Amino acid sequence: MRLRILQIMVLGLLIVFWYLMTAPGLIPPFYFDKPNRAAFFFGEPQKVFWVIVDWFATGEIFRHLGITLLETALGFVIGAAFGLGIGLWLALSPTASAVMDPYIKGFNSMPRVVLAPIFAVWFGLGIWSKVALGVTLVFFVVFFNVYQGVREVSPNLIASARMLGASRRQLLRSIYLPSAMSWVFASLHNAVGLAFVGAVVGEYLGSSMGVGYLILQAEGTFDINTVFAGILVLTAFALALDGAVGAVERRLMTWQPRASETEKV
Amino acid sequence: MAPTDVPALALADITCRFAARDGAREPYTAVANATLSVAKGEFVSVVGPTGCGKSTLLNVAAGLLEPSLGTVDVFGERLISAEGVNRRAGYMFQADALMPWRTGIDNVVAGLEFRGVPRSDAVAQAEAWLRRVGLAGFGDRYPHQMSGGMRKRLALAQTLILSPDILLMDEPFSALDVQTRQLMENELLALWAEDRKSVLFITHDLEEAIALSDRVVVLSAGPATRPIGDFKVDLPRPRDVSEIRMTPAFLTLHREIWAAMKEEVLKAYAAQKVA
Repeated sequence: MRLRILQIMVLGLLIVFWYLMTAPGLIPPFYFDKPNRAAFFFGEPQKVFWVIVDWFATGEIFRHLGITLLETALGFVIGAAFGLGIGLWLALSPTASAVMDPYIKGFNSMPRVVLAPIFAVWFGLGIWSKVALGVTLVFFVVFFNVYQGVREVSPNLIASARMLGASRRQLLRSIYLPSAMSWVFASLHNAVGLAFVGAVVGEYLGSSMGVGYLILQAEGTFDINTVFAGILVLTAFALALDGAVGAVERRLMTWQPRASETEKV
Repeated sequence: MAPTDVPALALADITCRFAARDGAREPYTAVANATLSVAKGEFVSVVGPTGCGKSTLLNVAAGLLEPSLGTVDVFGERLISAEGVNRRAGYMFQADALMPWRTGIDNVVAGLEFRGVPRSDAVAQAEAWLRRVGLAGFGDRYPHQMSGGMRKRLALAQTLILSPDILLMDEPFSALDVQTRQLMENELLALWAEDRKSVLFITHDLEEAIALSDRVVVLSAGPATRPIGDFKVDLPRPRDVSEIRMTPAFLTLHREIWAAMKEEVLKAYAAQKVA
């Protein structure tokens, strides 16, 4: 509880500092030559606040947030599915893995955000170009984790399952898949975050809806307050998303040992 | 040969050679010309110094490892590892081989599940087995929430629920403390006495081997391990492993087998010191 209070105090201090430094005429300008210049470049907290309130009051934001979250969700689900499938396939087939290795490495080291304009050409300015960008980002995180996860299944466990009569298919379902899933969940925070990045960056590069689009529009008219409002809303939702992932993870990973598991009596 | 004389498990002239690794020039021969058989209902222990290829021999018997040379017969039928593992054997591993993401009961039903037994039926059987190994009421725990001894019991239930004709055990109790270990050994004997499966039990502990078995086979030090001694243990059953260790007959046997083993243990020790 004390910690929470301190955390909120830090936020309060930051906002006060922001206000003091940007309010026109409040303190003499020491860097800019005009008193309202600081507000022009950095926005003003109270105005940012009212932009956000206005967005939620009129309901204008929900349309954009909905689109951004839909793109994030689709990017994540499709990317994770591909990562899981291809990761399992390559991990279980050494020949395919050896053949594909340089391509995987190359594709992974490429800065994939540069694909965004190409996706815009291929999939248009609707949600699918953003989803595609999210997929390329999410895919590799999940892929590498699954690949690692399958490779590190204890040989004992596989031998044991075989002795218990597991067929190849059953091995895949009862041993490899759960083992890989635990690695996927380990990377879930990362993957969801990247899907979000894919959606916003995609919108930012060209779109007609979404929070990234709002930011882009405001920037075009030098409306720095709206830009900051968009950033804050995005941050809040990224945090909420992360919390949701954490909750899902805790539910699904009950079998994993935690550092300390004593209970107070 | 009359059908009753067919051994449950017969390893004949098994040689296992592994390709050279880690800069070694010569391929490593773990086991050479090993012949070993387990009769129906017999409890055979294999003892040998550490690193002598005991587990290799067991993996061959399980059909998990194909020998370079030699044959394995299971109740008179040739075991070909390319066609699958030894279906009539259950294997208990030295290290944990439980699925960490499954609860106790789900680990026990695994074998039945793989065979397509209906879930409710499998769970009923698994619960009965959990009771028999003394884990009643612990079925909903995950392996990491159990002690080492409990995990061994769980593994035992997981293996025995399929009622395998042959039980292969690779130092199953070596990771346990002495007290738990003796408890587990007694429980194993009690379970075994119920239906007398054939058991091939690997251990480096001679006392454990004598206390449990009908026959003790001594392996030579590696590389190129082979059986060098075969001792009949005719101590009366049922036995209590902690009490039987005090009897004169046990001590005589122990002395006799140890005399055969000692030289090999020293050899293995010397080889390790050089390496």
